Amino acid sequence: MPSFILRAANRILVGLILVFSVYLLLRGHNAPGGGFSAALVAATGFALFAIAEGPQPVRQALRIDPLVLVAWGLLLAIGSGLMAVVTGQPYLTGLWWPADATVDTPAVGTPLLFDVGVFLAVLGTILTLILHLEES
Amino acid sequence: METVLALLTGTMVAGSVFLMLGKNLVRFIFGLMLASNAVNLLIFAAGRPDTSRPPLIPQGSLQPVAAVANSLPQALILTAIVIGFALLAFIFILFLRAYQQLGTVDTEAMTNSESGNQDTAPSERPRP
Amino acid sequence: MNGLLVAPIIVPFAAAALALLGRRRPLFQHVSALTVAAIHLVAGGWLLYQVHHQGIAVLHVGGWPAPFGIALVADHLSALMVLITGVVYGAVVVYSRAEISADDIRRGYYPLLHILVGGISGAFLTGDLFNLYVWFEVMLMASFALLVLGRTRAQIKGGVTYVVINLFATLLFLTGLGMVYGMTGTLNMAHLHLKLRAVADPGQVAAVSVLFLTAFGIKSGLFPLFFWLPASYHTPPVAVSAIFSGLLTKVGVYALIRTFTLIFPFGSSGLQELVLAAAALTMITGVLGAAAQSDIRRILSFHIISQVGYMVLGLGLFTPLALAGAVFYLLHHIVVKANLFLISGLIRQRGGSFALKRIGGMYARGLLALLFFIPAFSLAGFPPLSGFWAKMILIRSSLDSGQFVLAGVAAAVGLLTVYSMTKIWNEAFWKPMPTTETAIVQNRVSVWMTAPVVALVLLTVCIGFWPEPFVQLARTAAEELLDPMAYVYTVVGEMR
Repeated sequence: MPSFILRAANRILVGLILVFSVYLLLRGHNAPGGGFSAALVAATGFALFAIAEGPQPVRQALRIDPLVLVAWGLLLAIGSGLMAVVTGQPYLTGLWWPADATVDTPAVGTPLLFDVGVFLAVLGTILTLILHLEES
Repeated sequence: METVLALLTGTMVAGSVFLMLGKNLVRFIFGLMLASNAVNLLIFAAGRPDTSRPPLIPQGSLQPVAAVANSLPQALILTAIVIGFALLAFIFILFLRAYQQLGTVDTEAMTNSESGNQDTAPSERPRP
Repeated sequence: MNGLLVAPIIVPFAAAALALLGRRRPLFQHVSALTVAAIHLVAGGWLLYQVHHQGIAVLHVGGWPAPFGIALVADHLSALMVLITGVVYGAVVVYSRAEISADDIRRGYYPLLHILVGGISGAFLTGDLFNLYVWFEVMLMASFALLVLGRTRAQIKGGVTYVVINLFATLLFLTGLGMVYGMTGTLNMAHLHLKLRAVADPGQVAAVSVLFLTAFGIKSGLFPLFFWLPASYHTPPVAVSAIFSGLLTKVGVYALIRTFTLIFPFGSSGLQELVLAAAALTMITGVLGAAAQSDIRRILSFHIISQVGYMVLGLGLFTPLALAGAVFYLLHHIVVKANLFLISGLIRQRGGSFALKRIGGMYARGLLALLFFIPAFSLAGFPPLSGFWAKMILIRSSLDSGQFVLAGVAAAVGLLTVYSMTKIWNEAFWKPMPTTETAIVQNRVSVWMTAPVVALVLLTVCIGFWPEPFVQLARTAAEELLDPMAYVYTVVGEMR
């Protein structure tokens, strides 16, 4: 039986960690952060969850199999590069909307999509590993 | 700075070779971790560390305002760490399975149990 | 239209993602794998066509110009290797339909196979040394996982050896990479070609190049670094060992050829003599090792080693004809060797075992006998099969270079290969079936398993009877390798 304190703190901590990981993910393009580190932080959150409650509740909370996350992450990362090919530029060239966006104006671009793909793929891989090891 | 890094790398490589030459697989993992970190340090030293300023362009300007550290070695090291991490996770699981199946982490004992299973058809595979 | 350069890399990765999404539907995985292998093959063919007619193709990924970004480059050698990868990929995927167990599919056989091929294609196409390292790792990770998929004792034991030695090779590669970066400040292979000439201390360059020689030597199974190979290649399912035997060590050979023509062209460092000696010893030890074995897949594994020796011999001689021979040998060998492993699976189906002492009487199976006969004696170098031309070019170029000992070794090793192949032939085909063992014998072999074997046999015969176009392509590849300035200019352009 895991400690009561850990389980109680877990409820707040996991939420905070996950929010922080999303912040890291979105911040990534112009400042330190990005998909990989965000995924590591998110995985830490889920690992904490798994230590406190066991692997089964984590699977239930996730709702989808981590391997599906890997698959969608891969597809998203590959697809984000293909958009540049459609417009006739080399694979993986960054495209931005609006095109004249600077650092100060908010913009959405394919690098962000790529980052989300990396995030999903890395998170899925680490979760698969952690849950697998916890269950064995 | 380079001298310190070179000495440190050398020490780490020596330690890792010592660990890897042992016949215990757990020791081998530690040796491998040490060696990959030594190589990372070597790449870092090869990138000529000279300033401690991070290679970031401040808001509002288009280029770094002062001399900054070389960021490419850091990117290389980061990639190497990520890959090393994944490989290490895999190798841990593999060695765990090897321990469960063969009952030993001693490489010599593993080799000695070589005979008798040269031919393993899928139909006669033991399932865990 | 250089955008197509990424296709052989991203198509398998997309396939891996699809296979993960449909991981509970084996049929969907088979169908998508077949489709993807077909696309990969077409992309490879198209790439070769483009390179042959319009010269070396380069793609600066992300629009970052070399040497700052990562460049994907296809010259004749790369395009040929990608095409042949597609051929083996297709054959193995078809074969997997009947051979791979439901358990292995559930454990992720297809995603891993796709990732492996993506990594191999990436390694063939990249023009950046660090990127090559990344593809090696992708490839290795997928191959580790495929190797131990069945979780048998033999697989895990072979897997440990494989992992330990290959990880060590990886660390050597990374060390060499770091040192090259320290000396030149670049990792783009074409740029390195220019920059390394300017390094004042040739000893330093030679020392680093030995690191690369060792790392790639381990990967390709060069003497005396090959012990991991026969310890592991006979353990996984046949389809997996076929793709390993056909492609994995050949990525090592490709890396050796690329490194020692483009980055560190042989000079007066004495490295060339070392490579030639290693090649000769690799041929001899491989073929002698095979003579001592009595399991079909182990015999074939040792022959991979001796064959790698021939290819490295071509690199070591470093003349246009010898390099063309090495490239031709690569093409011939990948087809024949992958096919022989696939055939060993057919023999197992009919005879119930890979062990020569437990099987026999296959001669009655006329088609199987013919299917084994052609690639086996092509491997040994019987005229007019593909191996004969490959060996002849290499022996001829050794004689031209005045290396009579090497020519003798190459010819003698060819004879010893005949011995091994005759051994399999005698034991598995001529000898009557031993009655002491009650092996599980299946009388029907699935057409999914026979069809790829037949296709690869036809390809072998085709290379044997019409070697001219293949030799021509290999010659063009060799010319590009020996005069890398076209490659360098295409990649780095005016910037020097």
